[in-house]
Amino acid sequence: MHAQSVGTVAPQTAHFTEPLPLKSGGALPEYDLVYETYGQLNAERSNAVLVCHALSGSHHVAGIDATTGAVGWWDNLVGPGKPLDTNRFFVIGVNNLGGCYGSSGPKSINPATGKPWGADFPFVTVEDWVVAQARLADRLGIGRFAAVVGGSLGGMQALSWTLQYPDRVAHALVIASAPKLTAQNIAFNEVARQAILKDPDFHGGHYYEHGVVPVRGLALARMVGHITYLSDDAMGQKFGRTLRHDKPVFSYDVEFEIESYLRYQGDKFAGFFDANTYLLTTKALDYYDPAFDFNGDLVAALGRAKAEFLVVSFSTDWRFSPARSREIVYALMHSDRRVSYAEVDCAAGHDSFLLDEPQYHAVLRAYIDNIRF
Amino acid sequence: MSLERFDYDVIASWIEPGERVLDLGCGDGSLLRHLKAVRQIRGYGVENNPERLVACVRNGINVIQIDLDQGLAGFDDGFFDHVIMSLSLQAMHNTQDILREMLRVGREAVVSFPNFAYWRHRQAILNGHMPVSKNLPYQWYDTPNVRFFTIADFEVLCEQEGIVIHERLAFDEDKVILDEPNFLASVALYRLGRKA
Repeated sequence: MHAQSVGTVAPQTAHFTEPLPLKSGGALPEYDLVYETYGQLNAERSNAVLVCHALSGSHHVAGIDATTGAVGWWDNLVGPGKPLDTNRFFVIGVNNLGGCYGSSGPKSINPATGKPWGADFPFVTVEDWVVAQARLADRLGIGRFAAVVGGSLGGMQALSWTLQYPDRVAHALVIASAPKLTAQNIAFNEVARQAILKDPDFHGGHYYEHGVVPVRGLALARMVGHITYLSDDAMGQKFGRTLRHDKPVFSYDVEFEIESYLRYQGDKFAGFFDANTYLLTTKALDYYDPAFDFNGDLVAALGRAKAEFLVVSFSTDWRFSPARSREIVYALMHSDRRVSYAEVDCAAGHDSFLLDEPQYHAVLRAYIDNIRF
Repeated sequence: MSLERFDYDVIASWIEPGERVLDLGCGDGSLLRHLKAVRQIRGYGVENNPERLVACVRNGINVIQIDLDQGLAGFDDGFFDHVIMSLSLQAMHNTQDILREMLRVGREAVVSFPNFAYWRHRQAILNGHMPVSKNLPYQWYDTPNVRFFTIADFEVLCEQEGIVIHERLAFDEDKVILDEPNFLASVALYRLGRKA
């Protein structure tokens, strides 16, 4: 079986006019969701799989974008003959609300003012995203997903699906994720946010009107993020202490290769991502805590789930460490849910979940092959 | 190493329908699969070997990847009815800790191990060589086994640890050994509990 690409893909847009009540209070009066699909929905509409994206991801999960030529962010997982095989499954990727890839977000026009929402776009949560995704599923005639899959923040959505719509998801694949962020993890997000909020070009979130973008803050935010997505070892192996000029030149310009890498990644990101989306999304991460309404009792919180679970973590991931995945696993086990857990030995830190490390993909393939619909 | 079907049947006979069962070092999940088929158990396996883990997932068994040398931190006291460790105890460094952990998270433990005092093994030693057999298929230099003990040794440890032996079955191949098991049995299988 030779794995292939899903080929050229183009996004679609679904417009919703029924207001979406939000956990932060209030409602989004109307909104767009941009999505892509791969494979064919079967006659019983039972082979659909939802892929949820993380902080900087999008609806463009797989294939080659017809306009930009960009390859999907999880193309190594999704396609004909790949672990999430589009010969069997109908796979959906959705850009979440508050995003900057076409779904309604801070860059979109606020119908009440005729101007971009900017900082006035309401706070959205993981739970809100899941409700919006469920409405898209309704629109596509999908009652129950064969699986909901996600890594990192996407894993939180997959978990939340099983709690908000227990009857609408048969399997959840929760990868490199956590049942809630630790204080340390929130701290990294706060540094990233402060970098954006304190950028003089931020203008209280209404920078669109000023014709500027807080690129310095956004780049700094991304630099901090990148440090936490890599392991010490991976960074050491990739960059070490390599000096651009082979010796110290006593300057604040780029000297160490790691500086060059971080600046490049930061600037690249600031060139296309929206700062308000970054703020909103990191807050969604921080707020997620399904046990909050259960006095912190995760076993009670996850007892609502009916899905079967695969949980995966990576040995060198310190942003979403294996210990955090084990919390999910033990809580599911102690509430008599079906759960399997793999702790994959991989040097690449949090970013491992985007790689096609053989053991990781072998586990995913073995699990997904067993999904019946 | 895998257990034979007669061992599966013995273990199944010790388990009530619908029990919660944990199998430590569950291999490809065959035992749990058997117990699920004949006893409708709610089973979880623990396996740390990557290939065997994938085999479990393929077999549709709930499997959790942890290193047993770290114990069973994260498992609630008394959650399981039976905690099984088949033919793996001799490969664990922390024998006492793992037995305590098994009887902490489980009401009862089921343990099987190769008996190093089996007469053929004694004969091998008398002939000047470490035993190699069906149940001890490794050479001394590549064996995963780190603890070499006998039925008699194990029962001393149980006494010392306050572990109650509810049942013991000893085998030579598939033959049940009633007399002189420490001499005539190659494998022993125990059902253990805590002192009340």
